[in-house]
Amino acid sequence: MATKSADPKKKTASADQLLQFYRDMLLIRRFEEKAGQMYGMGLIGGFCHLYIGQEAVVVGIQAALSDKDAVITTYRDHGHMLACGMDAKGVMAELTGRVGGYSRGKGGSMHMFAREKNFYGGHGIVGANGPLGTGVAFANKYLENGELCVAYFGDGAANQGQIYEAFNMAALWKLPIIYVIENNQYAMGTSVTRSSAQTKLYKRGDAFGIPGAQADGMDVLAMLEAAEKAVAHVRAGKGPYILEAMTYRYRGHSMSDPAKYRSRDEVSRIRKERDPIDHLRDRLLADKLADEEKLKEIDRDVKAIVTEATEFAQSSPEPDPSELYTDILIDAA
Amino acid sequence: MPTPILMPALSPTMTEGTLAKWLVKEGDTVKSGDVLAEIETDKATMELEAVDEGVIGQIVVPAGTENVAVNAVIAQMQGEGEAEVARPTIKAAKEELPQESEAPEPVAARAPVAAVARPASRPAPPDPDLPAGTPMKMTTVREALRDAMAEEMRRDANVFVMGEEVAEYQGAYKVTQNLLQEFGAKRVIDTPITEHGFAGIAVGAAYRGLKPIVEFMTFNFAMQAIDHIINSAAKTLYMSGGTLPVPIVFRGPNGAAARVAAQHSQNYAAWYAQIPGLKVVAPYTAADAKGLLKAAIRDPNPVVFLENEILYGQSFEVPDVEDYVLPIGKARIARAGKDVTIVAFSISVRDSLAAADLLAGEGIEAEVIDLRSLRPLDRAAIVKSVQKTNRIVAVEEGWPTCGICSEIAAIIMEDAFDALDAPLMRVTGEDVPMPYAANLEALALPTPAKIAAAARAVCYRS
Repeated sequence: MATKSADPKKKTASADQLLQFYRDMLLIRRFEEKAGQMYGMGLIGGFCHLYIGQEAVVVGIQAALSDKDAVITTYRDHGHMLACGMDAKGVMAELTGRVGGYSRGKGGSMHMFAREKNFYGGHGIVGANGPLGTGVAFANKYLENGELCVAYFGDGAANQGQIYEAFNMAALWKLPIIYVIENNQYAMGTSVTRSSAQTKLYKRGDAFGIPGAQADGMDVLAMLEAAEKAVAHVRAGKGPYILEAMTYRYRGHSMSDPAKYRSRDEVSRIRKERDPIDHLRDRLLADKLADEEKLKEIDRDVKAIVTEATEFAQSSPEPDPSELYTDILIDAA
Repeated sequence: MPTPILMPALSPTMTEGTLAKWLVKEGDTVKSGDVLAEIETDKATMELEAVDEGVIGQIVVPAGTENVAVNAVIAQMQGEGEAEVARPTIKAAKEELPQESEAPEPVAARAPVAAVARPASRPAPPDPDLPAGTPMKMTTVREALRDAMAEEMRRDANVFVMGEEVAEYQGAYKVTQNLLQEFGAKRVIDTPITEHGFAGIAVGAAYRGLKPIVEFMTFNFAMQAIDHIINSAAKTLYMSGGTLPVPIVFRGPNGAAARVAAQHSQNYAAWYAQIPGLKVVAPYTAADAKGLLKAAIRDPNPVVFLENEILYGQSFEVPDVEDYVLPIGKARIARAGKDVTIVAFSISVRDSLAAADLLAGEGIEAEVIDLRSLRPLDRAAIVKSVQKTNRIVAVEEGWPTCGICSEIAAIIMEDAFDALDAPLMRVTGEDVPMPYAANLEALALPTPAKIAAAARAVCYRS
């Protein structure tokens, strides 16, 4: 049932697509670095979970989807929002709690939504977005619209009971959903080997007859290839699919994580050897698909987007005090 | 000596049933385990088995008899050679109930063998918004809820119902009866027994634009799903800055049924009523059940709809009009009076009306307010009544601490303090896990006598 994916090195893409991947991953990286910096300056409060290191996962998978497909994720969500085409200004302004944010400053880092981009959050409770995403897929099947849903969650959520309740119903009802387990090796500070009896998380659907595959989450093309297989399975009406992305986060679980559970050497080694952005950059240059100048141009563009978002996130006002009591209920017609 | 065969209680709340069919005839020899008859309750058809060997002497209650009271003699078993005994007359359950003027004070009120207090002798005034002469139809709460769902499912193709046993079983309490036949398996969906999971799936479907009705077999099981009700449904509109509505109804029986003990008897009214982002409804009558459930299904917000198992089989007049919808958030004067206000909701309205009958015999005219909605709570209706009566008793079946009555006490302090001639009194469920023993269970719940005593106390008449 569950299989490892074929050799990802075979996967190719056009120069334009590779440059787009480079740009999308770099935008997430630079955005997150800036968010970390602004957190340190006290401009972002509360919890802030950065996606640095995991960029290839969402960028590769989103490339296999259509614009109409739905996405739902956890609280480590900034990268997913940018990859869904949400505006960096609105995301950053939500992080600073300003009225220009996607939730008008009321949701914060973990709670943003964009129905126009088919992005259903941003969920702060570990595991909750598994059933919620399954519900979006249920609706897609009910509405017979041909759309699927991708529910991203981590290796920590993979041990939540509600995930298996969702797996069962998704398989029973053949719902169009891809569960992407972003295995970044640590559920907060507990490694997969210390938390999981079965550490091959792509096999977690075996009991329900859900096929699963594992792919290199540090390689955007490997993710694209694995996602294309998953999408083909789901679009054929065969029901859910599990995709385990082997990835790594460079930063702590959240900004307040002292990261005593892993060594500095481990982080720097992975960063040096497996970084998804460096990996793609080297490939673009080696295959002469882009020159240094072209990549610098992308760097400049990305930097401009992040700078603009940062300025907007500081100039956008805080919500008016009258907003305290709005958006609790919709007036019934 | 002939041994009587009694009408069995086939569910915790059954008080009467229909003797659908005899499978034996007089003179048949039976042994234990043989099926004697089919009994139809409001929930299901069940087989009655012989527990002893013997000969069927007399069939006392013929097949097809309705409203046969639990514990009524339905047949006699004889030893061999025994003479036929005199045939007792058949008495239907309704005739055996205490007369309303006796204002019954039930002993072990919820036990199936005991008489259940009926609605007060003075029926509630009809909905003041209804034109005079509106045709009415006697309907059980169970049927009213089903009718509401069916009407809304006909009206909007995005409305569907999901839950345990809602489809092929026809509803654990028969509330979804015949919905599968009319709407098919796409829209009437049996789930596995996974409240946490299917509540989350339903909320996700609501995010995507469907209008789910989630039936919890009881709200006791919804405790497993409460994270999705609160974190995923109630808070999402706010967390999204008003961009992601969650139109969903969570419904099912809430509170104590009868003799099902602590884990199956909790009343969650106060829990949900505390949550901003939810609407919470708890009707008493069938008309309110219908009109408010239709409103809940149409509402663009998450609505927790608290029903009561004991009320499912009770009949009330329901306006026989097309599209009977009531506004959420409006209380109803269930009985007008001038001397003391009794505020209640759900099954406690029944007990409060019975208490009002008792009090009327003593010259105290109680005004009974049926809250119907708990969030939003109709503060104005409570305050207006207290300004008239100057005295108030608040009633709820749930626990006293931080309960609905506590909230009403706070409202009175804030908005009607100067109107009071006596301190508010509460009548609530006792502050204990629900006991199983019939006598202890009866002691744990509000009763008409407790409510009447509190009303006398605030009137300084005790």
